[in-house]
Amino acid sequence: MQISLFITCFNDTLFPETGRAMVQLLERLGHTVTFPMEQTCCGQMHYNTGYQEETIPLVRKFVDVFEGAEAIVAPSASCVGMVKEFYPKVADRADDKVLAGKVDKMIPRVFELSQFLVEELGVEDVGAYYPHRVTYHPTCHSLRMLDVGDAPVRLLRNVRGLELIELPDSEQCCGFGGTFAVKNAETSTAMLGDKMCNIKSTGAEVCTAADNSCLMHIGGGLQRQSSGVETVHLAEILASTE
Amino acid sequence: MSKKAEHTPTFEESAKAYLDNTQLRRNIGHATHTIRDKRENVVDEMPDWEALREAGDAIKTHTMRHLDEYLLQLEESVQEAGGQVHWARDAEEANQIITGLVKGKKVNEAVKVKSITTDEIGLNKALAEEGIQALETDLAELIVQLAGDEPSHILVPAIHKNRAEIRELFKEKLNKDELSDRPEDLAEAARLYLRKKFLNAKVGISGANFAVAETGTVAVVESEGNGRMCTTLPDTLITVMGIEKVIPRWRDFEVFMQLLPRSSTAERMNPYNSFWTGVTEGDGPQEFHVVLLDNGRTKVLADEMGRQTLNCIRCSACLNVCPVYERTGGHAYNSVYPGPIGAILTPQLKGLDDEGAASLPYASTLCGACYEVCPVKINIPDVLVHLRGKIVDEQKRNGGLKSKFEPEHIGMKLLSRAFANSKRYERAQKVARSGQKLFADEGVISKLPGYLSKWTNTRDLKAIPDQTFREWWRQRDE
Ligand code: SF4
Repeated sequence: MQISLFITCFNDTLFPETGRAMVQLLERLGHTVTFPMEQTCCGQMHYNTGYQEETIPLVRKFVDVFEGAEAIVAPSASCVGMVKEFYPKVADRADDKVLAGKVDKMIPRVFELSQFLVEELGVEDVGAYYPHRVTYHPTCHSLRMLDVGDAPVRLLRNVRGLELIELPDSEQCCGFGGTFAVKNAETSTAMLGDKMCNIKSTGAEVCTAADNSCLMHIGGGLQRQSSGVETVHLAEILASTE
Repeated sequence: MSKKAEHTPTFEESAKAYLDNTQLRRNIGHATHTIRDKRENVVDEMPDWEALREAGDAIKTHTMRHLDEYLLQLEESVQEAGGQVHWARDAEEANQIITGLVKGKKVNEAVKVKSITTDEIGLNKALAEEGIQALETDLAELIVQLAGDEPSHILVPAIHKNRAEIRELFKEKLNKDELSDRPEDLAEAARLYLRKKFLNAKVGISGANFAVAETGTVAVVESEGNGRMCTTLPDTLITVMGIEKVIPRWRDFEVFMQLLPRSSTAERMNPYNSFWTGVTEGDGPQEFHVVLLDNGRTKVLADEMGRQTLNCIRCSACLNVCPVYERTGGHAYNSVYPGPIGAILTPQLKGLDDEGAASLPYASTLCGACYEVCPVKINIPDVLVHLRGKIVDEQKRNGGLKSKFEPEHIGMKLLSRAFANSKRYERAQKVARSGQKLFADEGVISKLPGYLSKWTNTRDLKAIPDQTFREWWRQRDE
């Protein structure tokens, strides 16, 4: 299949290794990947913070870039959630019927990586090898907005060498929430504290998730505590081989 | 509200004090987790729960769309049954009506039950100014009242207090020398105190969970039976309700009487369900008044997206699952409506020009747990984002009004411009990468200045690596 990578601005800039892992993984599975260079940002931060007017040009841009794509796959549940849930609303706000039509047509072809692998490609064993104790944090947007269900867990269970340890209270939000982490830093930190306690209680070496944004927050906290637990995006685990 | 709102503290300002109070966090964490787990169990028993939620949503949405008609019908039914209806545009008007009614009875005490709506309008204070004491009879409300405190939860107003704290309070305020902290003993102490009050009460004031347009019936559901005393023993009963509490038909109870108890107290049915219709000679109150309160609700109704907020049946399920509420408790919201529902209801009722109220839509990570449990399917995260949009639009209209929002405003604008063009975006990436050199040490940033220091106070930040993904891709393609 011809897959268009939607790497997201956040991953492009801060976590390029996640994008590289996706390329490796999807090519290993026999697909052709392209990266439309014109892509930038889905506008989630703007939209969620209340800058909805500023989101309009970003939605137009996204649609221009990905309009003809067969499948658009991203390593970020929250950015995919933005496109699927809110692009129609932005098009409404722009009062642009043409844009709304294009958005509607595009949405069924936008996927989060794990959901794409399991539900679209029907692959649960991607032939990965990762000899570590891992715990999985389901991010709120992957869980409640995209409904990825146990797709990530199924993929992880088939990784050779990997010991998957269940995270207590896993469905509790980590406290990131985009600009929430700065606007309400103290509350965010209190939530992070409980998340870190739960992660550490598993004895895992690695905490993984389908969103680098939450992982950046969790990882930043774990590192400040010198906890020794690392945060690694799901794509990187799935791309690993012997 | 038409008057310019007073300054109320922002959520961020208020939350600080509560976050540091470990006892409070433990009390609330314990209580919310207990109710949360119980709720899940009793909801899981229901094979048709999703269908019930759909029905609840549908009835409420329909009612809101025809609210004017149903309210007129309610007025007519109440009058036909021998009751009187009063319309109150705002808090002041409602308080005037109610104090007028109580004063007319020449009493200096009224028993009161189950009404956050009366807290919303500050009724107790208005009555006190006229020399009338309103006595809370709901156990938790009584605790809060005796402590001179404010409720911190819609349904469990004293959720922030533990048993030992309550025992101390009762010993002092109810003149008890000896009292254990067993729930039964605490309840008994309150009961003995309240019984005396009930038997002498001439006026009862209640809230309403629902009011049926078709029959004029008002309903209150509760756990203790004190509400029933309030609504049956006094000669005069005054019910205060927000106009959104009306439901069209008697048979709509079928839906809400299943949704509400399971979502709120995690019970299959409430121990006491009281319904009253007008007056009946020789039985119960001989005078019955309903005060229909607007106080900003018609304004909410006018906003197509925000309107669903009025579908709320005040079950408080959203509070009990909210990770933010769990950490800060209800007082941080500076409103009688705390938690996720408060974060959308308060700013809509008070107006977005109230700084404190306007901070509430930001008191959420948009994790979606509230939407998942809401028995009438109010999409709280959606409304939160919608309100954030209105707040930002408002700030822009007023020329960037609040200076502390200005850097964010400028930043967002610049970012939007950069993101709209991939060349500009790539240049911005490079600028950021070289700019961070001042702060980064071996790929980690532990201290950032200004606004962003709020991040690095507790978390490290990964530095921007030397090569972006697109740079790598370009290289690979060559
Ligand atoms: S918003 Fe929904 S969950 Fe929250 S109190 Fe209202 S009805 Fe209950």
